[in-house]
Formats: sequence, structure tokens, C-alpha cells
Amino acid sequence: MNRNPQLNKHGELQHLLSTEGLPVSILLHILDTAESFAGVTEREVKKIPLLRGKSVFNLFFESSTRTRTTFEIAAKRLSADVINLNIAVSAQSKGETLLDTVNNLSAMHADMFVVRHSQSGAAHMIASHVQSEIHVINAGDGRHAHPTQALLDMFTIRRYKKDFHNLRVAIVGDILHSRVARSQIHALTTLGVPEVRVIAPKTLLPSKVERLGVHIYHDITQGLKEIDVIIMLRLQNERMLGASLPSTEEYFKYYGLTQEKLSLAKQDAIVMHPGPMNRGVEIDSAVADGKQSVILPQVTFGIAVRMAVMSILAGN
Amino acid sequence: MQLPDAEQLLADLTEQLRPVVDERIAMIGIHTGGAWVAKRLHQALGFSLPLGVLDIPFYRDDYSKIGLHPQVKPSDLPFEIEGSHIILVDDVLYTGRTIRAAVNEIFDYGRPASIHLATLIDRGGRELPIAAQYAGAVLSLPADKMLELKQDTDGKLSLSLRDIRFPEK
Repeated sequence: MNRNPQLNKHGELQHLLSTEGLPVSILLHILDTAESFAGVTEREVKKIPLLRGKSVFNLFFESSTRTRTTFEIAAKRLSADVINLNIAVSAQSKGETLLDTVNNLSAMHADMFVVRHSQSGAAHMIASHVQSEIHVINAGDGRHAHPTQALLDMFTIRRYKKDFHNLRVAIVGDILHSRVARSQIHALTTLGVPEVRVIAPKTLLPSKVERLGVHIYHDITQGLKEIDVIIMLRLQNERMLGASLPSTEEYFKYYGLTQEKLSLAKQDAIVMHPGPMNRGVEIDSAVADGKQSVILPQVTFGIAVRMAVMSILAGN
Repeated sequence: MQLPDAEQLLADLTEQLRPVVDERIAMIGIHTGGAWVAKRLHQALGFSLPLGVLDIPFYRDDYSKIGLHPQVKPSDLPFEIEGSHIILVDDVLYTGRTIRAAVNEIFDYGRPASIHLATLIDRGGRELPIAAQYAGAVLSLPADKMLELKQDTDGKLSLSLRDIRFPEK
């Protein structure tokens, strides 16, 4: 059996590349540790000395505001030095290869790379290439994985719903292009959520998605029944090739979350969205800003979860 | 060797603290054993301010050697630290490194007016300039032994000694 490339020889987390294949004990350790970091924001000094003297390089080969900023805040709260590289407009555009870029940054004594790349597998490649004392966090690679987003979503679900074992969770929208959805599905099933549904038109579902252990619905009015947690996904226009959809208006009519559709779910259902939102495309403003929405708390929790991931990795 | 009775030490420590406790004094216990002791002292001595609990893995000096402690509990300091008079409580005082970490963490919440240290047992072996103002007992133990406080299901405290794998828990 191949060893999980994220784990070291003691079975501890060396890199965070995907939620797929991670044991429930590691997922819970991250969520529990994040709980302890959540209170740090309310203190006089919002810093913890854990990563003092460590250098965290944010390597964003693809643009991002929320993820890059929350990683930066998380690293700074842990007292690390943070170096942000906007690679899209620097070395790579001059023709340097990905691994040459990484070699150069390693020569500057990086301790951790946070990597966002449009190609699936980019973070894995970097993780398999760097020296053993360097840790790599995947901050989103192509359509493949976005583990810290999935973990902050799990943290949010646990905060509002307490337990995973009696929940019905629906992921709605562009599953096909969504690395977030894949990472969420792996995390939800590992944490013991008994029923995960995906709700989408056929053109926005990957083939064989049912192999991940999800139930498929094409009709949102059926799919939202008895649901505790609704995760809306952004319609990823920039990744869409060809005609998957007639129009965004048509999409909103059938799959956009309105108050009316939301009322089909449980009374106390929460509404989540990984952002950035397309208001009026996948979600109506009244729902996004409504009292069942936990979209902004998700962003806040993202800092504590990323602090937890960084501090666990750097200690292993 | 014959270990002292933890309940007796707790009673002695309670009497040492009784004269100094007033409505301005706050108490903070260090997770886990220190929090047990602090909870009992807090009940027995009738503090006005609520009890604080501190978990210090984010401040430990052996993080780079042994990594993050697998079970971290959130710290909870439910009173204003700025200007406060604090009695910090731990179960066993040994190298002093736990206390150093705890004091650092407290200062990240504000600047207390004073911090005094109360411990059930001072077992010697200090590696830092730290001393307990209140101790249930002072005794000397060999470095290869770890002294542990345990709490049974009805809250009774007891001490046990075991061979060491780590310098301090």
C-alpha cells in the first residue's frame, strides 16, 4: 500500500494537500486545536509565539483575496514572518519553472509553503520535491482540492450543529469545477455525516460522482427536503468551457437559493458559501444576508482553522 | 516511597491562602491538574471573581522538539487581567517552564498588577528563577520520576509516581 504523501513515517501530518485519505483523528485534532485559537482574537495581544522565527511563503499562482489574506493573518497571529509572492506577475511570467521557483525560495530558508495553483496536483508536486523539514499547505489546486476551506466549513458546521452523526448536508451547484466540493465531500464522509447530497444539473456534475458516497439530485426542491446544512457553490464562469448552461438567469431560476427554496429545508438549516458569491446567480441577496446565513462567520473561523493547520504541521 | 495525601495537601494550601483572599483577588488554574486544584480552592475560599483556566501548549518552549500537544483546550479568563491581582495555581511545580509559559500567556491578555504562585507540591528541580509563594508541601524527588495528580470520578485528588519519559508533562 502506498503511504499517504501527507503523512510522515509516524503517521503525523507533514503536509496538508487534501482531505481525502486523512484519518478522522487528524481532522478532529485540527478542529479541536482551531477551537483554542478562536479565542485569541478577543485578547489584548492577538498573537501567539508558536511560529516565532519561522518563514511562511504564500505562493499564489492564481489570484485569491480571502484565502491569501486569511492565511497571512493566521501566520502573523502565530508570530511567523509572512512573505507574499504574487507569482502570476513575476518569475513564472519570465519563464522560470515551478520547481525552480520553489528551489530558490527554499534557498531563502522557507519553513512552509502555502500554494495556490490552477493546475491540479501542483501542491503535491512541490511537497514531493522539497526537503523534509519544509511543510506544504495546498490552498487550492485546479479542480482537485482545497482542504483548508473544507476544514473551516467542517468547523462551521460543528459550531452550529454540534455533531456530524445526525446531519443531512446538501452541496448545491457547480460540483464539476469545484475543488471545494471534493474536499468537503471527503471531510464530511470521514467525519461521519450519514447523508451528503449533491444538487446540480447533469452538466455541472463530474461523472461517477456517486462513487464518493453522495446522493445525486437534479431537482433542488426535492434535494433540499430535511436538510440541515446547505452549502452553495459559486458558478465558476472562468473555468467553464463550452455551453454547460443556457444562461445565468436560467441557472438562478432552477438552482439559485431563494427564501422560497430555503423554506423547503429544515427550519434551522444553515446556509454556507465558500465565497466569492455571485449574488443573483447561485444565491439571492436576501438569503446571503439572511438570518440563516453563516457565510461571514465561515471567513472568521477560517483564520483559527488555518492557525491550527500551520501549528500542527510546523510541530511535526 | 510514601507520597503525601493530596487531599491533606489541598486542605493545608487552602488554610495558607485563606488570609490573603479578598474580593480583588482572582484565581487561575493551569490545565489539567492545576485547574482541578484551583477549582477546589476557588470553591473553598469563596472568591468573588470567577475562576480562570489556562492551557499553555501554544506557549511551551519544547514545541520545536515535540510538536503541538495533541489535546489543546481553550483558555478561559473571564475577568479583566489588566491591573488584576492573580493567584496562579498548578499541581506540581518542577522545572518552572510551565509557569514561565503561563505567565507569558497571561500577559497577552493584559498587564496584571501581581501574580503569586500556589502549588500543591513543590518537588524542587527548578531550571528557571521561579518560586511558589504557597505550597502544600516541599519535597525532593529524583529526576527520573514523574509526579502526577489524578482525580477520580467523585472529584477526590491523589498523587502517583511513575518512571519518566518526558521531563514535565
